[in-house]
Amino acid sequence: MSAIDERTMAELQEIAQRYPQPRSGLMPMLHLLQSVEGYVSDAGAEAVAELLGLTVAQVLGVATFYTQYRRQPGGKHQVGICATALCAVMGGDAVYQAVSDHLGIEDGQTSEDGLFSLERVECNAACDFAPVMMLNWEFMDNMTPEKAVKILEDLAAGREVQPRRGAKITSWQENERVLAGFYDGRADEGISAGEPSLRGKKAAEERGWKGESK
Amino acid sequence: MSVVPTPVLTANWGQERSWKLKKYLAGGGFKAAKKALGLSPEEVMGIVKDSGLRGRGGAGFPTGVKWSFVPQDNPNPKYLVVNADESEPGTCKDMPLLLASPHTLLEGIVISSYAIHCHTAFVYVRGEVAHVARRLQGAVAELYEAGWLGKDIQGSGFDLDIIVHSGAGAYICGEETALLDSLEGRRGQPRLRPPFPAVAGLYASPTVINNVESIATVPSILRNGAEWFQSMGTEKSKGFTIYSLSGHVANPGQYEAPLGTTFAELLELAGGIRAGHELKFFTPGGSSTPILTPADVDLPLDYEGMVGAGTMLGTKALQVFDETTSIVRTTLRWSEFYKHESCGKCTPCREGTWWLVQLLKKLEAGQGQEGDVDKLLAVCDDINGLSFCALAGGAVACVTSAVKHFRPEFELGYTTPAWEAYPYERSALFAGGAK
Amino acid sequence: MSETAPAELVTLTIDGIEVSVPKGTTVIRAAESIGIAIPRFCDHPLLAPRGSCRMCLVEIPDAGNGRGFPAPQTSCTMAVAPGMVVQTQLTSPKAKAAQEGIMELLLINHPLDCPICDKGGECPLQNQAMSAGRAESRFDGVKRRYEKPVKITDRLLLDRERCVLCARCTRFAEEIAGDPFISLAERGAYQQVGSYPGEPFDSVFSGNVVQICPVGAFTAADYRFNARPFDLVSVDTTCEQCAAGCSLRADHRHGSLRRRLAGVNPEVNEEWNCDRGRFHLPLGATDDRPLTPLLKDGGAMREASWPEALAAAAAGLRKALKTGVLPGPRQTAENAAAFAAFARDTLGTPSIDYRVRVKDENQAAFLLEQVKGKALAESVQYRDLENAAKVVLVDFDPEADAPIVFLRLFKGLRKGLKVVAVAAEPSRTLAKLKAELVETLEDAALDENTIVLAGERCASETLRQIATSPARWAWIPNDVGAIGAIDAGCLPGEGGLDVERMLNASMALVVGDDAVEAGMGFTVRLSDLGDDAAGADVWLPVATVTEQSGTFLNWEHRRGSVGLIAKGRVPAAAEVLAHLAGLLAAPETAGSEAGEGIPDFEPAEGEEVSA
Repeated sequence: MSAIDERTMAELQEIAQRYPQPRSGLMPMLHLLQSVEGYVSDAGAEAVAELLGLTVAQVLGVATFYTQYRRQPGGKHQVGICATALCAVMGGDAVYQAVSDHLGIEDGQTSEDGLFSLERVECNAACDFAPVMMLNWEFMDNMTPEKAVKILEDLAAGREVQPRRGAKITSWQENERVLAGFYDGRADEGISAGEPSLRGKKAAEERGWKGESK
Repeated sequence: MSVVPTPVLTANWGQERSWKLKKYLAGGGFKAAKKALGLSPEEVMGIVKDSGLRGRGGAGFPTGVKWSFVPQDNPNPKYLVVNADESEPGTCKDMPLLLASPHTLLEGIVISSYAIHCHTAFVYVRGEVAHVARRLQGAVAELYEAGWLGKDIQGSGFDLDIIVHSGAGAYICGEETALLDSLEGRRGQPRLRPPFPAVAGLYASPTVINNVESIATVPSILRNGAEWFQSMGTEKSKGFTIYSLSGHVANPGQYEAPLGTTFAELLELAGGIRAGHELKFFTPGGSSTPILTPADVDLPLDYEGMVGAGTMLGTKALQVFDETTSIVRTTLRWSEFYKHESCGKCTPCREGTWWLVQLLKKLEAGQGQEGDVDKLLAVCDDINGLSFCALAGGAVACVTSAVKHFRPEFELGYTTPAWEAYPYERSALFAGGAK
Repeated sequence: MSETAPAELVTLTIDGIEVSVPKGTTVIRAAESIGIAIPRFCDHPLLAPRGSCRMCLVEIPDAGNGRGFPAPQTSCTMAVAPGMVVQTQLTSPKAKAAQEGIMELLLINHPLDCPICDKGGECPLQNQAMSAGRAESRFDGVKRRYEKPVKITDRLLLDRERCVLCARCTRFAEEIAGDPFISLAERGAYQQVGSYPGEPFDSVFSGNVVQICPVGAFTAADYRFNARPFDLVSVDTTCEQCAAGCSLRADHRHGSLRRRLAGVNPEVNEEWNCDRGRFHLPLGATDDRPLTPLLKDGGAMREASWPEALAAAAAGLRKALKTGVLPGPRQTAENAAAFAAFARDTLGTPSIDYRVRVKDENQAAFLLEQVKGKALAESVQYRDLENAAKVVLVDFDPEADAPIVFLRLFKGLRKGLKVVAVAAEPSRTLAKLKAELVETLEDAALDENTIVLAGERCASETLRQIATSPARWAWIPNDVGAIGAIDAGCLPGEGGLDVERMLNASMALVVGDDAVEAGMGFTVRLSDLGDDAAGADVWLPVATVTEQSGTFLNWEHRRGSVGLIAKGRVPAAAEVLAHLAGLLAAPETAGSEAGEGIPDFEPAEGEEVSA
């Protein structure tokens, strides 16, 4: 009952051929498997092993090394709340607690309705937007417990959620396809830069700093 | 501070559709690449060497010198790999750059690849940023269409392909040899050196690995010349950089300034510590660099200045914490980060981080025993300098510097939970920050 | 024969002692060469350096350029440099302290399994914890735990919590055997050896991981809880499973064979063996098997005494018009010589054949001409395979027929060896060797830089083509006793019948191997496997390979000694033949005087035999 069909096999091949050496395609191939099946299944791992001439043990050795690969199905959306020191101190722990209470699940679990998987994630390179939540690996900046819960409520109710610095939320699987290297044409969604990103530039302009002479 | 010739990298951020090629070209983009293609690769390398540009990913190794280590008589292909794995806690300069202006990086890649005779370049971007991947993918597609990638770029005779490769969540893949193994489709664990990547890197071929910011700086150097770059910064730390300020400052954000700017100056730009609070400690370059205190705010934030202060400039990730913060809490959380991210290859990091977290958890909970702080330091001694790569060094620096400056607060952990001594909700940027 | 240029020597100082070693030697090896043992786990002389356990830390105050390393370095990854100064734990307190620290860290997640762990008593972790660690640990936290043990294969069990992540097993599987069915998985403190249930570690070399595991993480299911090493006596021997000639170490407890490990033999099997040799325990003195001679009496077999049985054998052979000898392909060289002498001198028959079956009539002539009596020095040897430019396989499947040959070819790939297989089906083995498959011998282009390995199935016509080509070649039989038998002359010469003809003729036969079928005439069968149902008129149990000493000659014509584990209650084949020869030489006697003077077979004085 595997969803690894001919089209997926062809796309897996395509990924392998992108690189000077096919094995380099392994990580994007695993992302593709996740976009198709929602996780790295045994069948998926076997297909990839066969294609690359590796053993399944080797493929799983790679799949279990990296945090983003799941070996079990998860929710439609992946909710990642940064738990590294700075975000945690800035209020990330409170955001996590609120989300956990709201969904009724803990780190590593999926909500009963299958909509959300909750995860404590590591620093996601948006510290000036702390506390940060990642939704299917889209930036949800400057979170508070209320904002975070509202976003999840909106998603559950089928309402649109548009991150400022990202593309409208669709699903974890759809974003996995982007990570597999299949551009979905949506780069033009979202803004250029959030306010914190521009503060230095603004401060410079206020002080008359020249920048590059034209 | 006197008039300063920045911003450069951040200059086009925030402009309408700044990430589009059309917009980038209109702002003067790819003039540097055009100029570079009119010079010889050796001349381009010479300009970057002369500029004194040092790697902006933390190590600060002179970029042009790194390029010159590539043996051009080696028959294998030469590779350029851009390290966009930005994962050092506190570091948040590369992701906004790639969102706002991926072409700044890509133009840099064209020039740098040309200089080292590379025809296939990679951008290894961390996996946990879907929209960054999109912006990169979109930008690369635009360049192929515009003839800035592919065969015979702009009629120069130079061929170049760029492959955007998403990671999958592993801080260790920011270490250049671990990144190479990861890019080869393996577990991202660091490699033995020698051989060095410049001689035998990706696919055992000569490879240069550079940080996003380093390569993104290259176009400006080609546009304005090595001397211009040298006119900024300090004696051994030339040029400008993006300082990332986060935490308890009034205006966290990205502050581009010449190297050597002091923390006090940056703090001023950022509106100071948040109202009603005062600085307790900060990291100069991410959690892996020993922390600094209010006594250090006037030190120049350049490579030598930081080493002189017993720390490192690192990724210029200034995480700022005020007096509401429990240092035991932050040290524990950073240690949990290192434990989670430890690749597991070597004993001291794998086992040491496991132990450190348990000790710190006890102290946070007020369940420490007399002697635990000394034990913490002793375990650090058995890790420091003995590990396979620098990850463990960062884990240790975080702990030892915290204890050095705030030992009594750690010893408080023998009796009092950290959340009682420093109620956690007070550190939150909003009301109600829980434990 | 490839010549290697004499290596350039590098002189350095270790703990104040000057030592010169070939360029490229690691510091840990250099130290060993002067008797200094630096503690280690992940380092193994036959695996590429890894530098991950960090146990072998040394101080290097001078790297040979006047500058020292600021921190201790791993001696297993450090190549020697002229003028280098190294201080091990013997002379550097810093190195000693570093090693102690690493050891303490290694033990924090290690379970206190010693009382129930097979490795106890021969455990590098135990030993080095005592020699290189501190007496007490400061760890009082929680250890990570796993369900245990995991059945990796029917033969191999894995206790993950004991594992020190040295990766010797996964490196062996990938680098040496080409069978990466075990791989490291997960990350950080949960890193572990993993495999995939749908793709078991079905490597013919899987057992080696048990031997090189420096802790009790990998154990052999057959040996689990079986014995303690301090109860075992080790005997060096040579494996009897094929003609590769691997050195083994056979461990027995009061004469009962408990396990067999690969022996160290750099020229043959280096430090590896295959699962056939490792996990097969030949019968021995303590095994229950029929030990009484049998006589066919009125259609059924009945027990008889040795004198009676030998007399009946002699009588039957004396009566026969034609006789033949079928030693079988598993005899030691001494036993094979005894069979040959028996045929030649006692029976006066040219009909002797060690083989079990013959398809190619001309094979015997070729073997007598081209294989018999070859000296080791003129033979193709293992090291030639490793250093060859090209090796051509003809009717020879290295992994199936002589597994250790496969390992050497696989090793050679790293040095640029090219493997070609003639008229072979694609197989995993050939894929691992990156072999080019060609249809005919001509396509293989045999030149003076080629070595041909021909297997037992190879037609004599093809063998002659190979032998007359410019290439060097070796004939690799499937059975351990073949070369010894050929050297001893156990092949039909002028006027002699081969095994097929002998089995189909009415002639009396002396058979030395249960694998050889019964003939049509009077058959005296010497059996070491205890199969008392195999057709015979006189059935004589003889010593197994563990109950005698002797010699095997491998395909290189290299002598390997067979170690005596424990003398059993039955004699070796050569002794039985000597007694038979004596009877046949003496005038015919009857009745109870038959067998007079034949001693009862008792174990020699001092040799222990127990059930």
